[in-house]
Amino acid sequence: MTRAAGGRVLRVVAFYAGLLVLWQVVVVLELWSPLLFPSPERVWAAFERNLSNGLLVEGILGSMQRLAIGYALSFFIGAALGLLNGTQRWADETIGTLVMGLQSLPSITWLPMAVLWFGLSDTAIIFVTLMGSVWSIALSVRDGLRNLPPILLRAAGTFGANTYQTYRYVLIPGMLPALAGGLKQGWTFAWRSLMAGELLFVTIGLGHLLNIGRELNNISMVFSVMLVIIVVGVAVDRLLFGRLEAWVSERWGFAHA
Amino acid sequence: MAISLTPAAAPASTPFGTREAAASEPTLLVVSEATRRFRTKRHDTLALDRVSLEVHAGEFVCLVGPSGCGKSTLLNIVAGFEPLDGGTATFDGSPIRRPGPDRTVVFQEPALFPWLTVRSNVEFGLRIQGASKQERHDRASELLEVVNLTRFERAFVHELSGGMKQRAQLARALAVSPRMLLMDEPFAALDAQTRDVLQLELQQVAARSGATVLFVTHNVREAAILGDRVVVMTPGPGRVHSEVAVALSRPRQPDDHGVADLAAEIRARLGGAGVADAEVAP
Repeated sequence: MTRAAGGRVLRVVAFYAGLLVLWQVVVVLELWSPLLFPSPERVWAAFERNLSNGLLVEGILGSMQRLAIGYALSFFIGAALGLLNGTQRWADETIGTLVMGLQSLPSITWLPMAVLWFGLSDTAIIFVTLMGSVWSIALSVRDGLRNLPPILLRAAGTFGANTYQTYRYVLIPGMLPALAGGLKQGWTFAWRSLMAGELLFVTIGLGHLLNIGRELNNISMVFSVMLVIIVVGVAVDRLLFGRLEAWVSERWGFAHA
Repeated sequence: MAISLTPAAAPASTPFGTREAAASEPTLLVVSEATRRFRTKRHDTLALDRVSLEVHAGEFVCLVGPSGCGKSTLLNIVAGFEPLDGGTATFDGSPIRRPGPDRTVVFQEPALFPWLTVRSNVEFGLRIQGASKQERHDRASELLEVVNLTRFERAFVHELSGGMKQRAQLARALAVSPRMLLMDEPFAALDAQTRDVLQLELQQVAARSGATVLFVTHNVREAAILGDRVVVMTPGPGRVHSEVAVALSRPRQPDDHGVADLAAEIRARLGGAGVADAEVAP
């Protein structure tokens, strides 16, 4: 058990160490100009600099704050829409098709509208983040409800469950595997939309730090901020969804994507 | 240990209740001239054609017949899952309109809640009824013991074998002390050995609890093993062909001579009704 876990850690460490070596080799070979492809060392230095001068922390906090608001709104609106579409046929036939359509719209295309509505403000970016994730959450909740085996509803019926009890004890727990998948996907979409939104105008956030890097022609800074974005994404994924997924797979006996 | 079902439904000591013994008990279920049609674009099927059935408290009644004879449809009507197109179905004097905990169902398909442990599944009906935590716990412990699942009370559904799942369903259905237990081919998907064991266990549980059971099966031998009374149904349209009162002593085993003779008798009746042997499991 511990031996297997140890082996896993070793494998992961070896993989990233290998990647780092490969990076260094490419730099040493000077395939590209160092102005376009920085060494790990310089990227690390840029990371340390931006960490010590507070820019990075400020940026992460700024982005996370927007994300928290946008994602929380997505969760509530998406779950409500999904519940409606998953249980009411009329809603699924009307709102459901609209949701499906909006899901296919890249969220950044909402930005021009958001800027006209809300100006160059946090609200505009939060709006884009919301539009990025709300539909996938709504769709997964809807699918989770629709795919619940009807036999479970019959079973609840035979014990005399009323509508409220059917929601509370059957529909909502029953859709959790789908919701877990949807939340995770929604989070990814929200994070991407947020970064795209922040790139486009001046505000405090990771996306904007990328832009500063570009304006300063500082490729090391661009690299380091991109790495931070990846790390934050993975960390949130693990912290927020790791436990939910473990909960689901313990019960259902399979891992949901 | 006694499993307390509704006291009125539990005869004091009739573990081997035959039809004669049960006839003195009140009539719990009355289905009269029940008709049910399924219409699709191309077909108009008469699933039930003026079917009548009575079940007395404490009786174990098996509905047996080949696929399409309407036995599951009849059970679904009694359960309150399906409406009638004609005729009446009354339970304990009132028309059946919706499902309810006085008639709980054990399904053939996996119908346990995957997000709950075995224990929580058994407690489900009591939770719906608003029973206290202590009450739920005690009742579930009692029933888990009855179906031999105490060791697995913390397991999740995917960790159980097919037979264990059906035992858990039985415990869940019994936990709310139903007036009648409805079983829709509960053992049809199990292997033969497991089925034999569960048939024996079900007889013991039914005898100890005095439960009233309506049991649907396409397996003639199963009907002969379990039923105090066997209602033979034939398809096209779904009708009751005849009834057999079973006076064999319990517990009955699949290889008992009486069971084998009865199974042959039922098969003969189905054959006489023009139902091919192949459609009914031996």
